[in-house]
Amino acid sequence: MTVERILPTEEAAALLELTTELADAELAPRAAAFEERGEFPREVLRTLGRAGLLGLPYEEKYGGAAQPYEVYLQVLEILASRWLTVAEAVSVHTLACYPVAMYGSEELKARFLPDAVGGELLGAYCLSEPAGGSDAANLTTKAVLDGDEYVVNGTKAWITHAGEADFYNVFCRTGGPGPKGISCLFADASTPGLNPQKRERTMGLTGSPVAQVALDDARVPADRLVGGEGIGFTIAMSALDAGRLGIAACAVGLAQAALDYAVEYAKGREQFNTRIIDFQGLGFMLADMATQVSAARAMVLATARLRDNGRPFSVEAAKAKLFATDMAMKVTTDAVQVLGGYGYVHDHPVERYMREAKLLQIVEGTNQIQRLVISRSLAK
Amino acid sequence: MKIVVLVKQVPDSGSERSLRADDGTVDRASASNVINEMDEYAIEEALKIAEAQGGEVTLLTMGPDAATESIRKALSMGPDGAVHVTDDALHGSCALGTSKVLAAALRTLEFDLVLCGAESTDGRTQTMPHMLAERLGVPALTGARKLTVEGSTLTVERQTDEGYEVVQATGPAIVSVWDTINEPRYPSFKGIMAAKKKPIATKSLADLGVEAGEVGLAGATSKVLSSAKRPARSGGQKVEDSGNGGADLVAYLSAEKFV
Ligand SMILES: Cc1cc2nc3c(=O)[nH]c(=O)nc-3n(C[C@H](O)[C@H](O)[C@H](O)COP(=O)(O)OP(=O)(O)OC[C@H]3O[C@@H](n4cnc5c(N)ncnc54)[C@H](O)[C@@H]3O)c2cc1C
Repeated sequence: MTVERILPTEEAAALLELTTELADAELAPRAAAFEERGEFPREVLRTLGRAGLLGLPYEEKYGGAAQPYEVYLQVLEILASRWLTVAEAVSVHTLACYPVAMYGSEELKARFLPDAVGGELLGAYCLSEPAGGSDAANLTTKAVLDGDEYVVNGTKAWITHAGEADFYNVFCRTGGPGPKGISCLFADASTPGLNPQKRERTMGLTGSPVAQVALDDARVPADRLVGGEGIGFTIAMSALDAGRLGIAACAVGLAQAALDYAVEYAKGREQFNTRIIDFQGLGFMLADMATQVSAARAMVLATARLRDNGRPFSVEAAKAKLFATDMAMKVTTDAVQVLGGYGYVHDHPVERYMREAKLLQIVEGTNQIQRLVISRSLAK
Repeated sequence: MKIVVLVKQVPDSGSERSLRADDGTVDRASASNVINEMDEYAIEEALKIAEAQGGEVTLLTMGPDAATESIRKALSMGPDGAVHVTDDALHGSCALGTSKVLAAALRTLEFDLVLCGAESTDGRTQTMPHMLAERLGVPALTGARKLTVEGSTLTVERQTDEGYEVVQATGPAIVSVWDTINEPRYPSFKGIMAAKKKPIATKSLADLGVEAGEVGLAGATSKVLSSAKRPARSGGQKVEDSGNGGADLVAYLSAEKFV
């Protein structure tokens, strides 16, 4: 279905047109087979990078496109509607560029951003640990300054792009307990002692590599400290505020894909000599799905516009992430229902969409954590 | 190196296409129009040469005003500028008339190499490079699947049904390419924005010194007398398997000489 969009500029319209062309030609035809094989589409990301779709929010000076979040998120949504692994990769990569782009020294920016934004370098974002995902402020990976290098020890968990990434943002403890003791190091994949582990066997997004990253006396040059000691948690949370919007946009795209597929199917399938979409029970279900998708999209864009206008948006981002990802779970589950038995097999993409939706309720702050953020803001 | 790439806007071969009832010419007004597919390979080849050896890439299009859209799209891949020949009198030009106009336009441009697609998906005559070469007095290397440029020496692997031939010429020359020659790039976001500012020079027949009567429907040397839609595909043959389906399939395949 074509989505009516109000875009801020002619430039944005051209960008979305290009995105749709790329998504149709490069993503859609590959998604099912790559997911089935568990293959990461590294080349597709390079293509997106060359076309200028990675690092859209960042400064033009470093190869970015200086696009508002409102536009960037709609690009993500379109990518997600064709292949979630790729959209998530773009979202994670954009997140991985965030610390250097917003807090990094001029030298770090100039050295890494152009290649990262151009798609030649792929990034990973290492915050979670085996013992602590939600409670990130208590992370235990430790970094000790030794001469002009940090020596890092610990284990990072659930790292998207582990083993494929060219650089890793490692959040680690350089000071005392709590959020104020955390710093962010920008480490090359070739850092001695930085070792991606065996790939996790995931339920969905099987094309996206996820693994632990072990840090065994990993030596990271001191000039790779992003921003300064002790501001790592501030960086992580500010990155996640933006990242949550990315995940919410992915949820909208995924749900739109499930809705579109279910609608087409329901128009073509007949039972009792009637198109199943003409049974009110099913037609109303599709109507509810469509309404939920539109509501989530509106929420994501309204929050993006707050961010673009320099207003506080953190709590609204939590609401958007919560609503959009719960919505995607519901809509993809219902899409399977619309297809009946055919929805339950790999020949149709809806069972994959359903498995993929589950991830979005967990990453970048579980939906319980989003509720925590929202309820705390209410209790203040 | 100065390279001119011929770019034609054609009705999308993936969508419904038709001829006009009144004059038998291609209905461009109601079609969804795109850059002729093969021309994207010619543009890619030109950009690759210019990137490797330095140079300037100019697009040349003959077509209605609406072709500007395809020119901008082609410019977003990276060429420097374009010349658009447009004139009401051009409607209905045959291949000879078109070659007269394009040759006149090429004479106003400096070039070391002219690149074009081996055929257009609407006309499919495959004759344009030869006609232009004849009119301009330069060599034509046609149907290339590979092009090497060393100084002014152009070497082409010319694709044939059986394999390929290696042919060589000294530039300036015209080279037409097949879709086996490269993989065209996507425009980039920056390219799209830059394309909006690139120069498109518009030329009329008068600008090129071509008489209106020599081209268009009036001057056309060929004419569509009648046309018919391709018949709808027939159903195909179904082999029911009632024990000897395999043998029936083989019998069919060997009768059709597939095996
Ligand atoms: C495929 C995949 C990719 C990922 N990619 C990355 C990545 O690239 N980088 C990265 O850093 N991390 C990544 N993660 C990790 C992800 O962010 C964490 O899994 C998530 O934050 C939850 O942490 P946890 O798994 O430790 O669960 P826990 O924190 O142990 O949570 C378990 C349950 O308890 C609930 N819970 C926890 N605290 C509270 C509370 N205060 N109130 C109510 N309920 C609570 C949670 O909501 C959840 O339901 C990824 C995870 C997956 C599955």
